[in-house]
Amino acid sequence: MSILDSKIPSGPIADKWTKHKNEINLVNPANKRNIDVIVVGTGLAGASAAATLAELGYNVKTFCFQDSPRRAHSIAAQGGINASKNYQGDGDSDYRLFYDTVKGGDYRSREANVYRLAEVSGNIIDQCVAQGVPFAREYGGLLDNRSFGGVLVSRTFYAKGQTGQQLLLGAYSAMNRQINRGKIQSFTRHEMMDIVKVDGKARGIIARNLVTGEIERHSAHAVVLASGGYGNVFFLSTNAMGSNVTAAWKAHKKGAFFANPCYTQIHPTCIPVSGDLQAKLTLMSESLRNDGRIWVPAKKEDAEAIQAGKLKPTQIKEEDRDYYLERRYPAFGNLVPRDVASRAAKERCDAGFGVNKTGQAVYLDFSSAIERYGKEKAFSSGKKDASKEEIIKLGKEVVESKYGNLFDMYEKITDQNPYETPMMIFPAVHYTMGGLWVDYNLMTTIPGCYATGEANFSDHGANRLGASALMQGLADGYFVLPYTIGDYLSDDIQTGKIPTDSKEFDEAEKEVRDFLDRLMNVKGEKPVDYFHRKLGLIMWNKCGMSRNEKELKEAIEEIAQLREEFYSNVRIPGKAEGRNAELEKAGRVADFLELGELFAKDALDRNESCGGHFREEYQTPEGEALRDDENYRYVSAWEYKGEPKDAVLHKEELIFENIELKTRSYK
Amino acid sequence: MKLNLKIWRQEDAKTKGEFKNYQLDEVHGDMSFLEMLDVLNNELIENGKEEPIEFDHDCREGICGMCSLQINGEAHGPDRGITTCQLHMRKFKDGDTIVIEPFRANAFPVVKDLAVDRSAFDRIQQAGGFISVNTSGNTQDANSIPIEKENADLAFNAATCIGCGACVAACKNASAMLFTSAKVSQYALLPQGEIEATDRVLNMVAQMDKEGFGNCTNTGACEVECPKGISLENIARLNREYLAASLKG
Amino acid sequence: MGGIKSSIARKVAMALSGLFLVLFLAQHFTINFTSVVSPDTFNEISQFMGTNFLVQAVLQPILIFGVIFHFVMGFILEARNRSARSIGYAKFDGNANSPWVSRNMLISGIVVLAFLGLHFYDFWVHEMQVKYLQGDMSGLNEAGEFRYYEETVAKFAGQPIRVAIYVFSFIFLMLHLLHGFASSFQTMGVNNKYSKGIRTFTKAFAIVIPMGFVFIAIFHYLNNL
Repeated sequence: MSILDSKIPSGPIADKWTKHKNEINLVNPANKRNIDVIVVGTGLAGASAAATLAELGYNVKTFCFQDSPRRAHSIAAQGGINASKNYQGDGDSDYRLFYDTVKGGDYRSREANVYRLAEVSGNIIDQCVAQGVPFAREYGGLLDNRSFGGVLVSRTFYAKGQTGQQLLLGAYSAMNRQINRGKIQSFTRHEMMDIVKVDGKARGIIARNLVTGEIERHSAHAVVLASGGYGNVFFLSTNAMGSNVTAAWKAHKKGAFFANPCYTQIHPTCIPVSGDLQAKLTLMSESLRNDGRIWVPAKKEDAEAIQAGKLKPTQIKEEDRDYYLERRYPAFGNLVPRDVASRAAKERCDAGFGVNKTGQAVYLDFSSAIERYGKEKAFSSGKKDASKEEIIKLGKEVVESKYGNLFDMYEKITDQNPYETPMMIFPAVHYTMGGLWVDYNLMTTIPGCYATGEANFSDHGANRLGASALMQGLADGYFVLPYTIGDYLSDDIQTGKIPTDSKEFDEAEKEVRDFLDRLMNVKGEKPVDYFHRKLGLIMWNKCGMSRNEKELKEAIEEIAQLREEFYSNVRIPGKAEGRNAELEKAGRVADFLELGELFAKDALDRNESCGGHFREEYQTPEGEALRDDENYRYVSAWEYKGEPKDAVLHKEELIFENIELKTRSYK
Repeated sequence: MKLNLKIWRQEDAKTKGEFKNYQLDEVHGDMSFLEMLDVLNNELIENGKEEPIEFDHDCREGICGMCSLQINGEAHGPDRGITTCQLHMRKFKDGDTIVIEPFRANAFPVVKDLAVDRSAFDRIQQAGGFISVNTSGNTQDANSIPIEKENADLAFNAATCIGCGACVAACKNASAMLFTSAKVSQYALLPQGEIEATDRVLNMVAQMDKEGFGNCTNTGACEVECPKGISLENIARLNREYLAASLKG
Repeated sequence: MGGIKSSIARKVAMALSGLFLVLFLAQHFTINFTSVVSPDTFNEISQFMGTNFLVQAVLQPILIFGVIFHFVMGFILEARNRSARSIGYAKFDGNANSPWVSRNMLISGIVVLAFLGLHFYDFWVHEMQVKYLQGDMSGLNEAGEFRYYEETVAKFAGQPIRVAIYVFSFIFLMLHLLHGFASSFQTMGVNNKYSKGIRTFTKAFAIVIPMGFVFIAIFHYLNNL
């Protein structure tokens, strides 16, 4: 038996959550007033948790590095949020959402957690509507849905291409209500530098005020980490520039196990890299795949001519185009899950059929959709004999109403008009399924330290389906954590305020100061970005969309070397006092340089291909992922032992009682 | 292309600032404005003579609202419907001089260089920019409150505000009316927001005034410079809501 | 009650007083215009307005209060607006996003205010003197005829500089109204299907009325060359 206890309640899967809620300990309202909780990160998972905890009566302190809680990167999610409401009457149910999510995650997630997620998904929509989130509606005034990758029903609720923004602002407004009541103290422009353990329990954090540079101590009875994912280990990703692993990594170093670090989602529809100095990649919503058709030239010479700028995509005849997703996956076509779509794009580009100057892009074409919608519109508006031009014009209007903002964004960035010429897209790092290991209560292996949202590993297995991240963040924050944390805090009703002048706080603060001094005193030659870019290249080339043993081993070596170079040659200008963006970045990159190595080690350990983790050695003759359920049906939870390479693996067996393990097929 | 940059440098809120001139020799049209500043900063770091320029940014895709900058006299620069992070250098010509200043308003004190403190916006929201429902999930079914599509769309349009502060920066009076009106409008257009409408608008406007923003004189600059195209209609709606609320008491 | 201390309440007060002055302007123009069409009518109306108790004792003080209120409030708002940004921009491209008139209501307002000084000196001070200091409420000249038309014309006849000042001032009044009249509806919260029509009407009004005044001044000047 592993030392990991996932604390999954017994009983039938549909009853587990209810049963658990009935059985766990509660804290009475009067006692909640004497209990403090720290929430790090104010995205969907953090803001929703903070608001609900404060509403329940706990004293909450929130921390974010941005200048306002509203700016957390959840805001950038475009497409939507899933919920098993079955408003469309197309046969959706909690079970089906559960099933799709487990299957989409390539059978590497924990059944009980996923079922709970599906179970509370409907509540999220009710909650958000009640707090004024303006979801898209139909003319009858009821909520509209759309369809996303990897599923056969329409269960995605959306607010144009800004669903994440609207949901986050909803959670932010709930937070504001509690700030106004004095129940939440919001610390903005603060970075968590370390977690403080007292008697083995998480009892506070050390934070750096990013304006003054002051090192602050904050104590609490429990600490919730809702600090998001670590996609920025790749340098170029769709994450925000400031997104980082620091909070999670510091917790890891203090005893929280890090689970499945190698599970990375590479999103298929991003705007391709344009230059060496690029700092960030931009995502185009997956919803575009509802209507866009993905293709590359079928003939290599055409691809080469396009790369050389001698041929335009619109000049390539229909029969000379290879709609490779429709060809390979007739059942799901362009709506296969993200990992499948990304790998297929890489396969075509590696084979020399890619487009763009670099050959590292594929087309996403709306011309068929424009024609189809144009015909429908012409028919419904009584223009039975509309000319081709009229049809195209009408079709463009329909497409504009659906995706106008995305098309505009594309044009601003690339200077190309996607109504006239196909968009170019390429996969980019987008989301990390891995994260801190948590049990059913969302508690990490540090007692009193919780992880929610993207920061934990729990619900998406090896691959996340579109529109599920928002669902998980809010489920954790609004409906799961506020209940389960009570079970732990019920022991703390008589503890009283945690003092910050203990020796544990002294030590933690000293460690932080020493670390900052160390960074400031390297006084080397190269800026932080230099190292971050280098790390990103290693990660992308050797731990990216496909991995193999040899390169993973190289990556481990190279990252360790780069880390050494970093500590001997990084240059951080200015002072540690006051605002210093370079120092902030350096702290984050220092953690990425450790995480990257563990990432590669984890990928090396997992001798199978599943979801976002594709090992070249383990594939079918057709190039599909080959899972090994017999040997790798477990969660890899890594325990920190001083250096990333010394991390110790603990396995949590995954037990599938409700879903039969099958090879994922989208054909 | 080559560019001359005239950039505001200021150590912190208390210190007096000044402009400094910089030159960049190899700027490409495909670079975003912030990537151009990244390049300048990395040059400054490698030269080691001067500290890099501090500016706020995060998502770099025009939605978080963290980036700001008054570029050649316009909030988020010369392009429309975008934030600074989405402004591309192809909008400028070889040899151009670009003046880069922080968003200026007394309610937005400078933190350092080009970064300003916009927490006044947070405080306006805290004064009433919410609907008081518990987040326990024990609410009625989402579809039990049908909402006219037109109002839902208008509410959505108002709700797309990213809180970047361009409206304040562009307004000759440094007024925060567009920002405040967007939030008031979102809730005023939805049945869920009706119950607290009176207190909300009075409290939010009171907080807005307290923060030291100027008055709206309907110049319309905010609407033009707003990256999300928030409409002036929202300001009219705010005025209306405020009048109605004042009369109601 | 938000009271007159809140920014919006002040703006509404500004808009209301402005709208009141616009009404007065329309009325003033109508009367003046009769001087072009029919001197007798002009004289009769002038005598009525000049001697009617309601007009003189009630409307006139309200009007004066309206004028003073509008410009005092204007200065208060402007002061507050200026203090909202104590460190200005080195470069501010206002023309890129807003019309000049909307940003310079203070300038157009001051020109109009200065003009009001001259205008009061020309007509109102004289009227007050005759009527209330000398006690002559008859409105007649020495020849026993109404004096208003003749006095009005005399102000312009052979007075090119005064006419030029009038023209100049009314151009600024036009600029002031071009923004102010439409803006007052926005401030009052009017925004519905009539908004477009209101905007067109206010713009037309802002041009037609001041230009009408200009026409009257030039008419009398040219008529008496």
